Amino acid sequence: MTNPVFQRIQAEIEENPVVLYMKGTPVFPQCGFSARVVQILSHMGVPFKGVNVLEDMELREGIKQFTNWPTIPQLYVKGEFVGGCDIVTEMFQSGELAQLLEEKGIPHNASA
Amino acid sequence: MTAPPAPLGPARAERIRAALAAAFPGAAIAVLDDSHRHAGHAGARPEGETHYTVRVVAPGFAGLSRVERSRRVHAVLAAEFGTGLHALSLRLLTPEEAAGGDAAETRRGAGPRRPSP
Repeated sequence: MTNPVFQRIQAEIEENPVVLYMKGTPVFPQCGFSARVVQILSHMGVPFKGVNVLEDMELREGIKQFTNWPTIPQLYVKGEFVGGCDIVTEMFQSGELAQLLEEKGIPHNASA
Repeated sequence: MTAPPAPLGPARAERIRAALAAAFPGAAIAVLDDSHRHAGHAGARPEGETHYTVRVVAPGFAGLSRVERSRRVHAVLAAEFGTGLHALSLRLLTPEEAAGGDAAETRRGAGPRRPSP
């Protein structure tokens, strides 16, 4: 793990319980898939750090290699990759996302 | 038919379908080209063929996590990501999940999974 971008990502996902690598910002997403994950996390009342990959070409490519995942957004919880838009949406709908947050001790709306 | 011919032989949708059929024997595969719904967005190209929704129902997904199922599909389609495929929405199920999941959705009265344009 000598790639400096990888080191940055590793530090980021270790220091922040919930990190969303996305296009745009949580307030102004610039992609429908990123917007949907922001919407789900906001609906559930989950505090998260949004990282805009559009501001950093090295990060935009680096996160794809780091995760071995070809698309953005990418959600990390407690340093572990959860998935992209489809997986997060499926897990939200099935209740698994709430369960995961519970297990990881991440605050969220109990009713969500 | 106003779309220009794809530069790499068969259209991407057919290449995706064929590659997945070869990689997942016995799978039920549906490929939908959503590119027109993303026209003008980042990653879209005038010639289209950038955004797809793919559903694969395959016995081989049994015992694999969602992330692992997706990674296997991504690996099969690596060449497409390298030639302009920008977004791939995946629904990857075992036959049992497809049967149970659809029934559960009907019971709950859930609407279509696709978001509005």
